[in-house]
Amino acid sequence: MSQSGNGAPNKIEIRGLCKSFGPKVVLDGLDLDIAVGESVVVIGGSGTGKSVLLKCILGLLKPDAGSIKIDGEEVVGQGSRDRDRVLRKFGMLFQNAALFDSLPVWENVAFGLIQGEGMGLAEAKQVAIEKLAAVGMTAEVGELSPAELSGGMRKRVGLARAIATTPEIIFFDEPTTGLDPIMGDVINDLIVKCVQELGASTLSITHDMASARKIAHRVAMLYNGKIIWAGAVATIDESGNDYVDQFIHGRAEGPIQMQVRAN
Amino acid sequence: MPILQPIGRTFLIFLAAVGRLSLFAVHGLSHCIRPPVYLRLIGRQMIDIGYYSLPVVGLTAIFTGMVLALQSYTGFARFAAESAIPNVVVISITRELGPVLAGLMVAGRVGAAMAAEIGTMRVTEQIDALDTLATNPFKYLVAPRLIAGIAMMPLLVCVADIIGVFGGYVVSIYKLGFNPATYLKNTIDFVEFQDVASGLVKAAVFGFLITLMGCYHGYNSKGGAQGVGAATTNAVVSASILILCFNYIITEMFFAR
Repeated sequence: MSQSGNGAPNKIEIRGLCKSFGPKVVLDGLDLDIAVGESVVVIGGSGTGKSVLLKCILGLLKPDAGSIKIDGEEVVGQGSRDRDRVLRKFGMLFQNAALFDSLPVWENVAFGLIQGEGMGLAEAKQVAIEKLAAVGMTAEVGELSPAELSGGMRKRVGLARAIATTPEIIFFDEPTTGLDPIMGDVINDLIVKCVQELGASTLSITHDMASARKIAHRVAMLYNGKIIWAGAVATIDESGNDYVDQFIHGRAEGPIQMQVRAN
Repeated sequence: MPILQPIGRTFLIFLAAVGRLSLFAVHGLSHCIRPPVYLRLIGRQMIDIGYYSLPVVGLTAIFTGMVLALQSYTGFARFAAESAIPNVVVISITRELGPVLAGLMVAGRVGAAMAAEIGTMRVTEQIDALDTLATNPFKYLVAPRLIAGIAMMPLLVCVADIIGVFGGYVVSIYKLGFNPATYLKNTIDFVEFQDVASGLVKAAVFGFLITLMGCYHGYNSKGGAQGVGAATTNAVVSASILILCFNYIITEMFFAR
């Protein structure tokens, strides 16, 4: 297993990742490493392929070319049994939490434990209540339906579900999108706290620079299907990259021309 | 030839769709017979498909039996063949009207609901979430529905057969003045095992088709609310057409001489 710049072994290694949808090239030879215990945030405009990157790593989309290694094991082209084994290392917080409407909150949180690990319902419920407490929610919330929750509560339940199986790797897809700034900061704090406690490696994608500065050790910018800049979060303001500068300051003028139409 | 190109393209698209549906069906069925089996989910789907469809199937059956007796009487009275009414009612209900009408009603009620539920799960990333929680969506969503559809439709059609024959009995006795004992004796004497069995085989096939189309269109829906709406419509329309098509094929298998 190769090592990252800071000496820690790489948890995830991506090399030459390509993915197109018809004529539209989304990922074009993307390279990215995430070290053990490292928190990497990928920033980039809407439609630049951030979610596609996550889905390729999780095996929800099949890359056209390239290599993805988890703990040194190639996962592109894996069979379903091997993929299930690798997926047990992951937790994921989806953009809109993606809670199962048909299940109460506690069963959502305990889903991976019940279905994936075969844990009994009573024990799984106890773990779910502990995980809900870890994200600042009471046991009573566990009995509610996801439809009864506000946006911020859904995110917290989604975070509780993501950490319930004590994963080695956690992905966060736009963790603060659609939340007010205070709730966004609460979610950021919870992410930092949970990740520190678990010692997990994380990959987050976001537009929210306040969130990126808070949860990232390292930031990478995705543009035109490639990582055009990557560096420690403390150095992002002195990146010397015009694209990064335009993005983090939210300027309309600059080298990034926003597409008005999808092509 | 520019005229032939669109015809050929449409035909190829049709073949590709049939191929995708066949692969989906094989994949879904293979998960029905491989462990783990989600008994709780199968039970929930059985209640949803079987128990909650009873009122709509029962109402359809009773009015069909009633109108069948009435219409048969208006026709057969011209030839003094009123005594054939019990035979016509029981054969029509058990062989054709019971399974087909129950199938169409369940396609409207259950097929649409399945497509909408699974389609919503698709567009809100709940199916992706299942995957990331190391749970196969085919095993968790599709297989329980297929098993429940195949198991519950024959039971529903059994009930529909009994209620449909009862509807014909009520009209014949209380409106047309038939003797109750004679009516029942004619009904029981005339119906054969094959009549009921063919209806139940049809019911199991229809149950499979309804749940398959609901799951297939829901699973492959895209594009938000509009996509879910289209999936729901496609599930009901395609299940209804397939029910009528397979009804003929199964009838041909059982009764063609």
